[in-house]
Amino acid sequence: MLKTKENRRYQLLCNCVLTVMTLFMIFPFVLLFMSSVTEENTLIMNGYSLFPQKFSLGAYQYIFQNGQKIFHAYGVTIFVTAAGTCINVLMSSMLAFGLSRKNLPFRRILTFYVFFTMLFNGGLVPSYIMYTGTFHIKNTIFAMLVPNLLMSGVNVLLVRTYFANSIPDALYEAAEIDGAGQARIYFQIALPLGKPILVTTGLFAALGYWNDWTNGLYYVNQERYWGIQNLLNKMISDVQALTSGLMSKQMAGMLSTMPSVSVRMAIAFVAMLPVLAVYPFLQKYFAEGIAMGAVKG
Amino acid sequence: MAKLKYWAPVFMMMLPGLIYLFINNYIPMGGLIAAFKQVNFADGIYGSPWADPWYKNFTTKDAFVITRNTILYNFAFILVNNIFGIIIAIFISDVRSKAAKKIYQSAVLFPFLMSMVIVSYIVFALLSNENGMLNKSILPMLGMEPVSWYITPEVWPVILVVVNFWKGVGYGCLIYIAAIAGIDKATYEAAQIDGASRFQIIRNITLPSLVPSIITLVMLSVSKIFFSDFGLFYQVPQNSGAVFSTTNTIDTYVYRALLEQNNPSMSAAAGFYQSVVWFALVLAVNALVRRFSRENALF
Repeated sequence: MLKTKENRRYQLLCNCVLTVMTLFMIFPFVLLFMSSVTEENTLIMNGYSLFPQKFSLGAYQYIFQNGQKIFHAYGVTIFVTAAGTCINVLMSSMLAFGLSRKNLPFRRILTFYVFFTMLFNGGLVPSYIMYTGTFHIKNTIFAMLVPNLLMSGVNVLLVRTYFANSIPDALYEAAEIDGAGQARIYFQIALPLGKPILVTTGLFAALGYWNDWTNGLYYVNQERYWGIQNLLNKMISDVQALTSGLMSKQMAGMLSTMPSVSVRMAIAFVAMLPVLAVYPFLQKYFAEGIAMGAVKG
Repeated sequence: MAKLKYWAPVFMMMLPGLIYLFINNYIPMGGLIAAFKQVNFADGIYGSPWADPWYKNFTTKDAFVITRNTILYNFAFILVNNIFGIIIAIFISDVRSKAAKKIYQSAVLFPFLMSMVIVSYIVFALLSNENGMLNKSILPMLGMEPVSWYITPEVWPVILVVVNFWKGVGYGCLIYIAAIAGIDKATYEAAQIDGASRFQIIRNITLPSLVPSIITLVMLSVSKIFFSDFGLFYQVPQNSGAVFSTTNTIDTYVYRALLEQNNPSMSAAAGFYQSVVWFALVLAVNALVRRFSRENALF
C-alpha cells in the first residue's frame, strides 16, 4: 500500500476507533474479574469497580473450601460437554457421510428431510410435553444432553458438503476394491479427511453445551443435575427475588448464608475461564466456523 | 438387491441422526395443534379437548406488546449490528499491523462466545441498585442521581440494544471480514494508482463487494424477526416483572406461560403464531432474494 499522508491518517483513524472498540469489548470482563478479587466490605461500600481499593482472594478461597456444590455443577457441565460433543460429532458425521455419497438411494429426499428442520419447528410447548410426557427425561441427566443440542441440521449439511467436495469418488472405489466395508471407509477415510470441518462443528457443539442453561431451566429442578450455568442462574435469581421483596423472611435468612457478592462473581469468572483459556488457540476455528455458518449446539 | 446390500451399512450409520431429527424436530411439529387445544399435561396434546372457540388461546392482551417488542428490537438489532459490523470489518481489514489486526479481531468476537448467564452477571455488576458500577461510581461522578435500572422500563430498549451489540456484533463482523478478504487486491491497487481517496475506495469497491453478504445476513435476520434471543430478554433483565412492558417478547412469553403460569395452551398458541409466521417469512424472503440475486438464495 502506498505510504501517502492520507494513508497514514487513515491508519491512525482505524487504530483509534478499533482501540476504543477493543476496550469496550474487554472492559466488562475486566470488571467481572476485578469484582471477584475485591475485598467484600470494599465491594459493599464502593460497589463494583475496575480499580478496587482493597484486593482479596477470599472469594476464590471460599470456592475451594466450601465449593462441593460448585465443583459438582462444574463436573456435570464437563461431563455433558464431553459426552454431548462426542455424540454430536459422531452422529452428524455418520449422517453426513451417507448424504455426501452421490449414488445413495433416496439421497434428495433424505437431504430435504435434514434441510427442512432448518425452516420449521414446533417450538417449546410440543417439545416440552413430548420430552417430559413421552420420554420422561425431566430431572435426569438426559435432559441436559438430548434436547436440541445433540445435533443440528445446519452442521450436518456443512459436513456433508465438505465430505462431498474434498473426498473424491475414486478414493471410495479404491478402498472398496481393497475389500474395505462402509464402516471402515467411514472411520479410515471420511473421518481423517474431514478433520478440519469436524473440529470446527465439534467446537461449536462443545461451546453450545458449555454455555447452555436453557435445558436445565426447562427440564431440571434438582440441583444434582445442574451444570455450572444453571447454578449461576439460580444464584442470581435468588438475589433478584430478595431485593424485589418477593421472598419470605425465612428464605431470606437462608440466603444470607449463600455465597456473598464477590463469590458470585468469582464463580461466574470460573465458569467462563475454560472458554477464555482455549480461545487464543482455537480462535481461527471459531472465525472459520462463523464464516461458514456453523451454529452453536 | 445387491444395491440394497451395498448401502445397508451406510443407512445403518445414518439411522441415529435420522431418528434424532425425527424425535427432536419432526414430532414436535405435529404438536403445534396444541395451540387449538385445552392442553392438560395428564392427557397429553392429542388426548386433550379442543379449545372453544377455536381461537380462544390466541386472545390475550399481551399479544400486541410481545409482537411489537419482538419486531422493534429485531429491527434495531439488525440496523445497529450490521452498520457497526461493516464499519468495524472495514477498519480491521485495512489495519496494516498484523498483530494489531489479530487483537482487534479477537476482541470483537470474544463476547459472542459467552453464555447469557455470564453476560447477565456482568450487566448486574454495572446496573445493580446497591453495588452497581453505574450507580456507585459513574453517575455520582457526573453529578446524577442513581437510577433503579431493574424497575425502570424506559431504559431497557437502550440497554438491550447495547448488550446485544456488544455480544453479537462480532458474528456479522467476521462474516464481513471474510467477504472483504475475498476481494481481489488488484482492484484496490488500481484504484489507488488512479488516485482514488480512501473514502472513494470504500464507497466504490468495498461496499459494493459486500452487498451479497449483507443481503444474506439481513435476510436471515428478517426471516427470524418473530424470534428473540430468549437469554437476552429473560436473563439480562433478570426476569424482573417491573420491566416486562419493554422486555417481554414472544419467546419469554412462551416460556413464562408454560413454566411459570402453567398455561401450556396460551404458550402453544404463541409458539404456533411464531412458527407459522417464521415459515411464511422464510419462503417470502427467499423468493425475494431469488428474484434479485439468484446465487444468494438459500434454496
